[in-house]
Amino acid sequence: MSRTHVSCKVNGEDVEFLTADASSLLDALRHELGLIGAKEGCGTGDCGSCSVLLDGKLVCSCLVMAPEAEGREVVTVEGLAEGDHLHPLQRTFLEGAALQCGVCTPGFLLAAKALLDANPNPTETEIRYGLAGNLCRCTGYDKIVKAVQEASVELRGA
Amino acid sequence: MKYVSPTTVDEARSLLAENPGSRVFAGATDLVPQMRAGRPEPSVLVDLKRIDRLVSVTHADGRWVIGAATPTSRLTHDPDFTSMFPGIAEGAGLIGSDQIQNRSSLGGNLCNGSPAADSVPAMIASGARAVIASADGERTVPVAEVVTGPGQTSLADGEFIIEFEIDDPPAGTGDAYLRVTPRTEMDIAVVGAAARLTLDGDTITDARVVLGAVAPTTVRVPAAEEALIGSTLSDALLDHVAASASDVANPINDKRGTVEYRTQVAGVLAKRAVALAAQRAGNGG
Repeated sequence: MSRTHVSCKVNGEDVEFLTADASSLLDALRHELGLIGAKEGCGTGDCGSCSVLLDGKLVCSCLVMAPEAEGREVVTVEGLAEGDHLHPLQRTFLEGAALQCGVCTPGFLLAAKALLDANPNPTETEIRYGLAGNLCRCTGYDKIVKAVQEASVELRGA
Repeated sequence: MKYVSPTTVDEARSLLAENPGSRVFAGATDLVPQMRAGRPEPSVLVDLKRIDRLVSVTHADGRWVIGAATPTSRLTHDPDFTSMFPGIAEGAGLIGSDQIQNRSSLGGNLCNGSPAADSVPAMIASGARAVIASADGERTVPVAEVVTGPGQTSLADGEFIIEFEIDDPPAGTGDAYLRVTPRTEMDIAVVGAAARLTLDGDTITDARVVLGAVAPTTVRVPAAEEALIGSTLSDALLDHVAASASDVANPINDKRGTVEYRTQVAGVLAKRAVALAAQRAGNGG
């Protein structure tokens, strides 16, 4: 089995790991780096629970080959909080009970962050389309949309 | 399986020539699910995204050149591109979620060979050309000649698409792509239809009508194009476009739609795409 040594930045820190060439970035994050926030739901890019930011772009880490991360910057849900201070999205999700089982939540948080980074004041429709690549099988979409709206207000200081 | 990431077209060409069973990839949004579904792994996976030419977008001298591995989100977020080719942007903007569009590419969408590929009908309607890295150089072919059947392309072993060339449309041109899916998002086209019209006043001087997901490959509708050229848009003409599109449709029966449904909807969508393209052409393209 071919293996590749990868150096990249994860959540702001320089990291190195050895990965099988056939591994996904998701597997490398979880098994080589112990970052288990990103989850494998479908493994085929349909559910979004493995969402991370790769050089600032929202991607499904299950569809990224681990060696592709060489020299790139990865942000996972573990990188959202600053120390003990939760990211506003994490707080509004908690306060609004925008989760039930929680498996989809890390992916929703990254997708919501990518959405608000690009569009700080989205309409409800834009939020629903922006989060369309993330599935919640507990069907908590309304609370998730409200949490994103509240975080949007807070982040804009409105 | 070995992963390699060449930085030049020549290096990629050599890697493919030296490694039987190797395969290129861009966003891997089709490749990974196919491998997970049990398709044999390539011996060597050649990542094209570290080759500058494959991920660059330029617009100069009346021509767009789009690297075949460029994420489609780069095009759908480029106001100059989307205003010139709203139909291609509509197609590319329907490929999966934001997560997918940050990885999916025009080259991958085409070479995956799905008859339902959303970006392909409008590319063909716009006369896009594929620049292919061949064994000893480069060759350029119309996008319409790349896919030969479901999952099949005319590319020889070791060949890959470097970039697409699309000429700026003539003044008074508009294009459009519409599709029907059971869900509003994250679904595969049951029928797709692209149209591109060029108008001189009210007279149609050029027309392309292209259908997706209703035949083994994307197909043009020559009878509709011939009827449109030289005519003025009317309800009767649109009905003729619809009938011609339904005639060309040769769809499969599956859980997403029956033969009868797809055949009828091919006509309806072709008609609507032509009307939308005409409206855009009338607004200055």
